[in-house]
Amino acid sequence: MKLHEYQSKMIFAKYGIPIPKGRVAATADEAKHIAEELGGRVVIKSQVLVGGRGKAGGVKVARDPKEAGEFAQQILSMHIKGLPVRKVLVDEAAAIEHEIYFSITNDRAAKKPVMIASASGGVDIEEVAATTPEKIVKVHVDPLLGLRDYQARDIAASIDLPRELWRDFSRIASGLWRAYLETDATLAEINPLVITKGNHLVALDGKMMIDDNSLFRHPDLAEIRDVDEEAPAETEARRHGLSFIKLEGDIGCMVNGAGLAMTSMDIVKLFGGEPANFLDIGGGAGADKVAAAMRIILSDPNVKAVLLNIFGGITRCDEVARGILTAMDEVKPNVPMVVRLVGTNAEEGRHLLENANMTTAETLADAAKKAVAAAKG
Amino acid sequence: MSILINKNTRLLVQGITGNEGLFHTTQMFAYGTNVVAGVTPGKGGEWVLDGKVPVFDSVKLAVDATGANCTCIFVPSRFAPDAMFEAADAGIPLIVCITEGVPVQDMMRVRNYLDQKKVRLVGPNCPGLLTPGEAKVGIIPGDIAIPGSVGVVSRSGTLTYEVLYALKLAGMGASTCVGIGGDPVNGTNFIDVLEMFEHDPQTEKVVLIGEIGGTDEEKAAEYVAAKMTKPVVSFIAGQTAPPGKRMGHAGAIIEGGAGTAADKIRALEAAGVKVAKHPEEIPSLLK
Repeated sequence: MKLHEYQSKMIFAKYGIPIPKGRVAATADEAKHIAEELGGRVVIKSQVLVGGRGKAGGVKVARDPKEAGEFAQQILSMHIKGLPVRKVLVDEAAAIEHEIYFSITNDRAAKKPVMIASASGGVDIEEVAATTPEKIVKVHVDPLLGLRDYQARDIAASIDLPRELWRDFSRIASGLWRAYLETDATLAEINPLVITKGNHLVALDGKMMIDDNSLFRHPDLAEIRDVDEEAPAETEARRHGLSFIKLEGDIGCMVNGAGLAMTSMDIVKLFGGEPANFLDIGGGAGADKVAAAMRIILSDPNVKAVLLNIFGGITRCDEVARGILTAMDEVKPNVPMVVRLVGTNAEEGRHLLENANMTTAETLADAAKKAVAAAKG
Repeated sequence: MSILINKNTRLLVQGITGNEGLFHTTQMFAYGTNVVAGVTPGKGGEWVLDGKVPVFDSVKLAVDATGANCTCIFVPSRFAPDAMFEAADAGIPLIVCITEGVPVQDMMRVRNYLDQKKVRLVGPNCPGLLTPGEAKVGIIPGDIAIPGSVGVVSRSGTLTYEVLYALKLAGMGASTCVGIGGDPVNGTNFIDVLEMFEHDPQTEKVVLIGEIGGTDEEKAAEYVAAKMTKPVVSFIAGQTAPPGKRMGHAGAIIEGGAGTAADKIRALEAAGVKVAKHPEEIPSLLK
């Protein structure tokens, strides 16, 4: 789960990381008021969960409250990479001397958290990594020990931070570490961390991503998820514990298991079709969950055929069949369905679906071919 | 011979009295696995499976009483890290964690702790292990595979079943099937298992089932090129996956252009691995 810049910076502030004064606004009027309060120049920043906001014109500096209102008006009517801008952050403008990059993320290969820093901040860090990897410093943190002070000092020294700022940097590093730890973040990024003309360190922009699997212990974070930023069907799927991603094709897919779900999409494409979605009903799904999955798939008007591929293990095929029947009763779909049931209680499942007017398939390849043919009518 | 588990494995089940734990313990027992004990805190002294398997309050008590040398974990995700720490502290050398949804920061702590103790972990978020005809630890349906000489290692669950079943239909059996799980931070990785298969006399050929995300398949390809004498056939799931979206498995996400199916297939083919276009093509590539 991604957090907005303003949400990330609120978390930073909670952990003692200096951020610019500012507030979030949903209308041009609010933005103007905030600018009046702050006085002086302000930055109007679109709050959408994609990168490249600046390049898209979603970040503007305003000289006075009137201009702040005008810019907010413009930005609030924009779409950035397809996402409508619903909020802007109005921050006091900083006098920037230098920009640093600083983040903590999970290094899956090393199985450890890693701190990443660079004296070249403010730009796309992946580009810095690709073109000038020597400008990037990485320090792994032992997850059983936590961040040690010397590691923060080592980073400060290796990005050539002036010595008088080391103590402040250590405080920021320790704050970011605690923020990362206590929110179960998979990324806590400050970019840029600026040295101001007045020689202070300030986190000008921030980005946090939270591990979805940890939300059971962070109800406060689960609550601030911005569901406006995802397809409604994805929100609905999450509510039912389903893993769903909408795609552009016309063959709806319902599968158990993520790997098999991806494979089913791949094989549809291999035989000349286009998958309409990724959908994993998960292990041990009961009839209710299957029915919800079917409703979600059929709510997509692009869907011309549905492929159901269930390899029963922990999931029982008869339960799946019951779910399919429930959903069909409710939704009365008028698209052809191809179903393949293998594994635990497959026989019972097939028996239940005998009179349901569905095409059956023996193998995965056979099922995909039949679904592609059905979608082409 | 096989790898990791065989008919002599003395299995403990953590979370044995839960719905899933009990269902799958019954299946593992029926398959012939030597299930010696179960653990559910607060239910010590009870028996399950018609009085055949004793339940203990802690892993330590279960190990002391039964000599269990492998554990299979079915506890909910919020308790799974503790279950893994407990098993390691009780001296169990092989932990198989079926539970999905364990937070990644927990897994980093678990993995670093287990490494210090030299404990092998398979999973989490995995289907477990199957040595056909001998033992199964986890949730792989026993009847979809027959004993044989193909070693199978996979990041996926049901996709693994698909492959085992395709092998069986083609009359080919498996030496051991290892589901390493789909999480970004897990215990055993591809290279660990490839190395075991390379040294296992029963295994003649290997099937490696990967998916998008991370670089484990690329590293496995390097290992195959440098160290493997046995032929390897592969399949990679997620060729049509859009970047930046998590495809169910926490590990299956393409970040910053790394970890795409195309990259992995290229690396594997360069290492002399035949890569199947779909899972049912695998048996013909093994011939």
